[in-house]
Amino acid sequence: MSEVRKGYVRPLDIKHGQVDMAHGSGGRAMAQLIEELFARHLGNEYLAQGDDGALLPAPGAGRLVMATDSHVVSPLFFPGGDIGCLSVHGTINDVAVMGATPLWLSAGFILEEGFKLADLALIVQSMAKAAKEAGVPIVTGDTKVVERGKGDGVFITTTGVGVVAPGKELSGRNAQPGDAILVSGTLGDHGMAIMAVRESLGFESPIVSDTAALHGLIAAMRDSGAEIHVLRDPTRGGLATTLNEIAQQSGVGMMLQEKALPVKPAVNAACEFLGLDPLYVANEGKLVAICAQQDAEKLLAAMRAHPLGGAAAVIGTVHEDAHHFVQMTTGFGGKRIVDWLSGEQLPRIC
Amino acid sequence: MKYIDEFRDGEVARGLAEAIRREANPERRYHFMEFCGGHTHAISRYGVSDLLPDNVKMIHGPGCPVCVLPIGRVDQAIRLALENGVTLCTYGDCLRVPASDSLSLLKAKARGGDIRMVYSSADAVALAQKNPDKQVVFFAIGFETTTPPTAVAIKQAATLGLKNFSVLCCHVLTPSAISSILESPEVRQWGTVPLDGFIGPAHVSTIIGSRPYEFFAEEYRKPVVIAGFEPLDVMQAIRMLIRQVNEGRAEVENEFSRAVDRDGNKKAQQLVAEVFEMRKNFEWRGLNILPYSALRIRSQFAEFDAEKRFPLDYQPVPDHKACECGAILRGVKRPQDCKLFGTVCTPENPIGSCMVSSEGACAAHYTYGRYKDV
Repeated sequence: MSEVRKGYVRPLDIKHGQVDMAHGSGGRAMAQLIEELFARHLGNEYLAQGDDGALLPAPGAGRLVMATDSHVVSPLFFPGGDIGCLSVHGTINDVAVMGATPLWLSAGFILEEGFKLADLALIVQSMAKAAKEAGVPIVTGDTKVVERGKGDGVFITTTGVGVVAPGKELSGRNAQPGDAILVSGTLGDHGMAIMAVRESLGFESPIVSDTAALHGLIAAMRDSGAEIHVLRDPTRGGLATTLNEIAQQSGVGMMLQEKALPVKPAVNAACEFLGLDPLYVANEGKLVAICAQQDAEKLLAAMRAHPLGGAAAVIGTVHEDAHHFVQMTTGFGGKRIVDWLSGEQLPRIC
Repeated sequence: MKYIDEFRDGEVARGLAEAIRREANPERRYHFMEFCGGHTHAISRYGVSDLLPDNVKMIHGPGCPVCVLPIGRVDQAIRLALENGVTLCTYGDCLRVPASDSLSLLKAKARGGDIRMVYSSADAVALAQKNPDKQVVFFAIGFETTTPPTAVAIKQAATLGLKNFSVLCCHVLTPSAISSILESPEVRQWGTVPLDGFIGPAHVSTIIGSRPYEFFAEEYRKPVVIAGFEPLDVMQAIRMLIRQVNEGRAEVENEFSRAVDRDGNKKAQQLVAEVFEMRKNFEWRGLNILPYSALRIRSQFAEFDAEKRFPLDYQPVPDHKACECGAILRGVKRPQDCKLFGTVCTPENPIGSCMVSSEGACAAHYTYGRYKDV
């Protein structure tokens, strides 16, 4: 980043200004945007290096984990969060469910010409807060501007790097017949919060996104000593899609108990109203854990003792199945498949 | 959820299953058609079939509004969006129905058509108000349940004097579909579809009441039990049907008395009668052309009729040769009897309409029940 000499350049008009093409030109306007907005809020010793990349200390032992995630969400601000904190939490969680301690993030912004600087400032502040709370600094970044009409306000891509201690790797390939399946809390909160705002559905009880960084919870789970085989955060496609991915990767089947699935009454009611299934609705602050059966209660207790795992539950078991079906015993006593999400979940006509 | 969880109680279900087992005569077989896609969905999603004795079989009927929508009608909607430049609005699950030229409304949207999903017909009217420079067309489909809201939308547009709102009306009528099933050679002549009774529509009956089904019970000697869409409703209806069959009765009974009475919602009926009139003929997917089976917009509301406002000829389009949707909708075949099921035709790539909506027989069996086939 180049230094903008004070006094020669008028400061950014955050209150009334808009993103324009010059902010992505690589020139002074861009340097000013970076300095007065990004660096001001996200600043840390690595970002302050001002080079094209961040020079980071190499971790002593273990292996590096790297994950990247692009965030496109409409609306950009929603109950319980915004695209800024979401882009920090999402990537931290992708690194953390690999069993790694997240260390650093990068952030790439694609801004649309005409986007209000005031809204961008709110998003950057939200990112800064989320990164600070998580203890995972944003150490490098990039900004591009696209013409009006060619973006959706803001797209943010974040990449995370973490380190996993020797012998502690987790993978979706490790689920074994007999294992227990747990979730860390209620399902579908984020997806329904977004849908309620996007479609202007005024539900009586407001539904709030669950966006959160899960590495603290995961650390507590690991400290419990339970033999954890798989961790995954069930984001888009919801729990059902995540479990199908794991079943496929591990070559196993799963049997869930519908009665054990934690779902908030407001989310359940909203899903019922729209003809959607909370099993397929997105989460942003929940995880699925698969562990050795004998450790299930120990792991559950550790999850419930953490603020982000208060509603954790054991929801099913892993078994042998050449077809890799995820099935569920319904609260009604029957059986059904919990299939992959096909296409988008669309509300039924009646 | 109050008023919902009570109808999904597993213990009550087991008690009911036991009662059904006791009442079903092991010497005979019972075949009941659930008319509505909502019932099909509930049966599959909650695994109701697992709780029934082997001699009680459920046959899926044609009551999924998306499934009975013929390709030619979806083509019309797509043409409106792609060739006439209108903003086309419709209900969610309508967007995926396969149409001609490998298109669907979703794919037409990707080609640049201004196609929007709405939750109600009122949303479409609001969209027209907000965009006076765009022609907004509401692609209105569904049985008697969704018809009154369409009527309201048209009246509202008339009151507001909207010049940019119209409706492509594809509303169909339940009794016509039931007649078609009962008159089909598979049921009447050949007996290849044994039918001992119907689980009657829930939401539809809140509008039209239970009276229209009395004709079927009397004329065709088929018992009808109108039931809600919750799984316990369905099981209770099955028990009531078994009882009627055992006692040699063929009556209309109402399990869904918490929402349905004999006469239905007269205000809604009047509203529908004011805005719509019968079409002489209408093509249904799988049931061919049925006389007096659908509605069109009355001439005094002609300015809100997309078929009059835009040049829209109807071209019937045959189904894919190997697609068995037609037979499945009439209960002649089961989803797993179709060669395309689960191979070429999946929810990701639906060939037939029964694979589109979650209420479709094929989608319901694929999504919830195909573990039984392996």
